[in-house]
Amino acid sequence: MTSTNLQKPPPKPIKTRRGGVQSIRTRQAIYLLLPTLIAIVLVAGYPLFITFYYSLTDASISSPDKATFLGLGNFWFTTDEGNAIGILQDPKWWSSVKYTVGFSLISVTLELILGMIIALVVSSTFKGRGFLRTAMLIPWAIPTVVSAQMWKFMYDSEFGLLGRTLKTMLNGDAILADSSTALWAMIGVDVWKTTSFMALLLLAGLQSIPSDMYEAADMDGASKWTQFWKMTLPLLRPTILVALVFRTLDALRVFDVMYVMLGANKAADTSMSAYARLQLIDNSQLGYGSAVAVLIFAIIMAVTVAYVTTLKVKFD
Amino acid sequence: MKKTVLMLSTALIAAALSSAHAVKVTLACGAVGQELEMCKAGADRWAKKTGNTVAIFESPNLTNDRLGLYQQQLAAKSSDIDVYQLDVVWPGLLDQHFVDLKGKVPQSAIDQHFKGIIAANTVGSKLVALPWFTDAGLLYYRTDLLAKYGYKSAPKTWAEMASMAKKIQVGERRTNTDFNGFVFQGKDYEGLTCDALEWLTSYRAGSIVDDSGKITVNNPNTIKALSAAASWVKTISPSGVTTHAEEEARGLFQSGNAAFMRNWPYAWSLGQGADSKVKGKIGVAPLPKGGTTGQNAATLGGWQLGVSNYSTNQKEAIDLVLYLTGPEEQKIRAIEGSYNPTIPTLYKDKDILKANPFFGSLYDVFTSAVARPSGPTKEKYNQVSQAFSGAVHSVLTGKKTATVAVKELEADLIKIKGRGW
Repeated sequence: MTSTNLQKPPPKPIKTRRGGVQSIRTRQAIYLLLPTLIAIVLVAGYPLFITFYYSLTDASISSPDKATFLGLGNFWFTTDEGNAIGILQDPKWWSSVKYTVGFSLISVTLELILGMIIALVVSSTFKGRGFLRTAMLIPWAIPTVVSAQMWKFMYDSEFGLLGRTLKTMLNGDAILADSSTALWAMIGVDVWKTTSFMALLLLAGLQSIPSDMYEAADMDGASKWTQFWKMTLPLLRPTILVALVFRTLDALRVFDVMYVMLGANKAADTSMSAYARLQLIDNSQLGYGSAVAVLIFAIIMAVTVAYVTTLKVKFD
Repeated sequence: MKKTVLMLSTALIAAALSSAHAVKVTLACGAVGQELEMCKAGADRWAKKTGNTVAIFESPNLTNDRLGLYQQQLAAKSSDIDVYQLDVVWPGLLDQHFVDLKGKVPQSAIDQHFKGIIAANTVGSKLVALPWFTDAGLLYYRTDLLAKYGYKSAPKTWAEMASMAKKIQVGERRTNTDFNGFVFQGKDYEGLTCDALEWLTSYRAGSIVDDSGKITVNNPNTIKALSAAASWVKTISPSGVTTHAEEEARGLFQSGNAAFMRNWPYAWSLGQGADSKVKGKIGVAPLPKGGTTGQNAATLGGWQLGVSNYSTNQKEAIDLVLYLTGPEEQKIRAIEGSYNPTIPTLYKDKDILKANPFFGSLYDVFTSAVARPSGPTKEKYNQVSQAFSGAVHSVLTGKKTATVAVKELEADLIKIKGRGW
């Protein structure tokens, strides 16, 4: 009797009571989250939806209400006369993609390496460390438009501090005149500006590694070099991945540096966002510009998914 | 007791009424050179006269940036700005957002301006804006340097200009390594479209798209004009000229580092200012011809004032526009800022001619300036201008030859035109 009694499934009342608490908690959580969810739907969901909608039309910015439905015509369309007018058929768009991706890859890599070095330096104890940690954030605190304008003056080949030297190095060419040389100028600005932010993120990760591990490693006679590769780097991996995701996504939607330093037209050759802006605002093609925005959204989404799945980033 | 209440309330009502009369009008004006100060001063004079107040909205320097900002404001039907300063190529693009001034201002106030400029401001039968000042490209030169190197007059053709610039540059570089022969607006933006249109017109190569909407840019004269311009870069013009707009060019010229400059009239009074290194050494001439069979050419620029449809103070805004575009205010602006009047009679005014001697001698340049093809290309003008300045920029930076660039430009323009402008 007793054994059968023991083998009985757990009594029902307990199960329902547990479920009751859980469902009450879930309901409570939903109520608490509701305002936030509504806010997100209003400020993020609606614009996203309307952008998707416009991307399928030929809307103009001066009269958005008068729009005809085009389907995917903004993305790929060849007229009867054989003119390719879709975004994906526009070499200017592909040029902006190429430059933006190149800009992101190079600048984020440089920022990671330099940021790591800086983080390692400022995490060690020395006099004036607090001051240095604050001071290194100054470039990051200046609005990009301001710093880009400042660098533009410095890069000027006729009266700029750096531009005049660079001109002799480039056989008399102005660095900002050509997209391929201007790219390096802009990478320089981005690295100058965001390395400190990267360093700060990495520094936070470094601080969370317990110091007794290093003491033990010292006792065992591991060199500093080995300690870095075998201990610091593996333990810092989650921090590095989160920092990389942040910076890459940020770099892919770069706009201000290009716009300020090269002007609206040339910026559209080098930045995806500037290309979208040019079509949407300057050319008043709300539909076409929205389609570009959708493509940028898709590209950034793909990069994010790739990061999260292949590198197993945990955001916690 | 009752009396005091009554008196108080009438006083309050009176105060309310008078404050309803004095309104605040917001005016968006440019900030190139001394534009902003002049704009403020003019608006203040109107404010003093009428008892209203004027707030100035500072707009970006580059005309492309300004258009982008305005389009966003207007598309949102914003009432923040009552009076907009419009580029001569915008009326066709923005007309739906502006009040039709015909019938709202006296006919005589319209007729006093140049007919051509009024035509540029009229879309269909709607008068979108009233002209404030006109602009045309000019050749600035250093009178002292021309004399020093044995030249008696300003160059007549581009080839002559280039050889003069070369000689002066070689000579001046012995003492000043930063010296350049010729500076202009070579950055890829609307300003380059203006400069390059002048080169094209001077070689009789047409104006990109003709009045009937036909794309005319691919012709031998265009290739000649652009090849000539490309030959200046890195010889008489610095390589950085392909990144420069109006203000950078003026900066180089005004600091004494250039022999020739292409710029708008506003550079005159600034060049004659107390802080200018070239004060009293500047001459102004029509832009050279493209060869002996060419013609003098200047691109028509200039700015207008229009009243937004979404303004809540349209009556006062129209009054402000009338005042600022009137002869009295245009005279002050011509004398103090060398802004070209849009009223023909002012070109005979003694005080104006004394401040700007070239207004009289270059009268024809201002009246015969070439319009950019914003009329025939309508809403697609911006795309046409972008394609054109991009093609010219690629020639100037040596990425493409003029022949290739012009051929590709023609294909691009056909694509932009599609079924029609």
